[in-house]
Amino acid sequence: MFIPCDRGGGSTSPDFKGFTLLMPAVSVGNVGQLAIDLVISTLDMTKVGYFYTDCLVPMVGNNPYATAEENSTELSINAEVYSLPSKKLVVLQIRSPFIKNKYRPFCETLLSWVKSSKCARVVLLSSSHAYQRDDEQLLGTPLRYLLTPDLEKAVGGRMKELNWKEMERVAAYPGISDTDKVLHIPGGGITKLLFSESCSEGIQMAVLLKFCSEGDNIPDAFVLVNYLNEWLQLIKSEVNPSSQWKIPSSWRLLFGNGLPPALF
Amino acid sequence: MATFFGEVVVAPSRAGLDEEEEAREETPEDREIRKEIEKKREIDVLWTWRSGGCAEEPLACSRFVVAIGRNAAAFLSSFILDSVCWEVVGVVKLWNEWCRTSSTTNVLPTDSFCLFYRLISDPTVLLCQCSCYVAEDQQFQWLEKVFGSMQKKGLQVTILSTCPVADYKTQESTLTLVSPFLRALKTKEFQEQVCCPLLEQPNIVRDLPAA
Repeated sequence: MFIPCDRGGGSTSPDFKGFTLLMPAVSVGNVGQLAIDLVISTLDMTKVGYFYTDCLVPMVGNNPYATAEENSTELSINAEVYSLPSKKLVVLQIRSPFIKNKYRPFCETLLSWVKSSKCARVVLLSSSHAYQRDDEQLLGTPLRYLLTPDLEKAVGGRMKELNWKEMERVAAYPGISDTDKVLHIPGGGITKLLFSESCSEGIQMAVLLKFCSEGDNIPDAFVLVNYLNEWLQLIKSEVNPSSQWKIPSSWRLLFGNGLPPALF
Repeated sequence: MATFFGEVVVAPSRAGLDEEEEAREETPEDREIRKEIEKKREIDVLWTWRSGGCAEEPLACSRFVVAIGRNAAAFLSSFILDSVCWEVVGVVKLWNEWCRTSSTTNVLPTDSFCLFYRLISDPTVLLCQCSCYVAEDQQFQWLEKVFGSMQKKGLQVTILSTCPVADYKTQESTLTLVSPFLRALKTKEFQEQVCCPLLEQPNIVRDLPAA
């Protein structure tokens, strides 16, 4: 699945042992993916490879993080891996939707790659439909987290210090009390599947998600990436953390082209 | 999102979610139906120079030009292909909700087809005219089956396709753009001169040309 980039000099596959894998779920508002774009762009991460997979819709374009003419012509595809060894961080960016019936095969292949590359933990950025919140969730912070049991032991205390809110479980059959509580993440794409599989396979995974709706999701991406930063401290967040994140050049024209002058 | 007062419409998500179906556990009947549909959507690549049966030698290929979509296929028909210099060497048989192709090589320009041609004077030069739509779940299969039959060392691939001008993202309005116009994407291994500007961010290419 993972194909390393040829960086010349006969370099072997990069080593991710002990690294944190940061990745998005393709979810409502594409918030996770936008947040990942901010991380890759701001930390100026180097592409180290890609996923050769039949689970995602194909797409290709020129370098979405281009800053100048010189670096604007490297091809970029739908699932790419970037790394920053100084922070022991490896990032997977997913740029297109899943093909029907391919959620499970992708999750299985991904988790087996996580295990074989010996990543220490996985952090999944995701989102969920804001309109599905219950009365209590409508109040307070729209941000939630989830930890697999293995990671709970390691960092559960830190989440309490940060005063973070864990994602609530809901009744399996709404309206009927005394039923089992289950995890329900509407609009979250592969989030629930990946989280449940990680729990059963003993993988350390954290999910960070935001309740949101479709629209201009750039502000949601900033909120989510700042939430991530409270924990992982990827950038210094003294005064105004939002201004420290660098917007990639590919975010131009998200809502269409310029207007024809003949309109006026 | 409401249209008239009181009507609520569920907005489709840009994230392309279809998770209700994915979340349900598959029953044996579901699995059987899914496998039948997968079988129906399988692609067959039939090469005329192969008699079928066990593994054959991969086709030696130095240049492969793929024209995807009716416009690009018509371009090849009008300017490149003729019955004197080119011979048909293969056909793709597939079915999806948008089109069906058959194994016949005798096609009309208005048909949906996917044919492979070889230059008679240099049999390592291949052309593909793919005027049919290859669905998302078939694109990877098409790729593996077509390229799987070729030896890829030293192979140069050129992909021709078209996109609507309305999809082109630019600072100015597309109304004032002079069209048609060309744009290119190239891998870093491609060292030759490209005949037109490279595709600017944030434009992307999708579907079979991207695959």
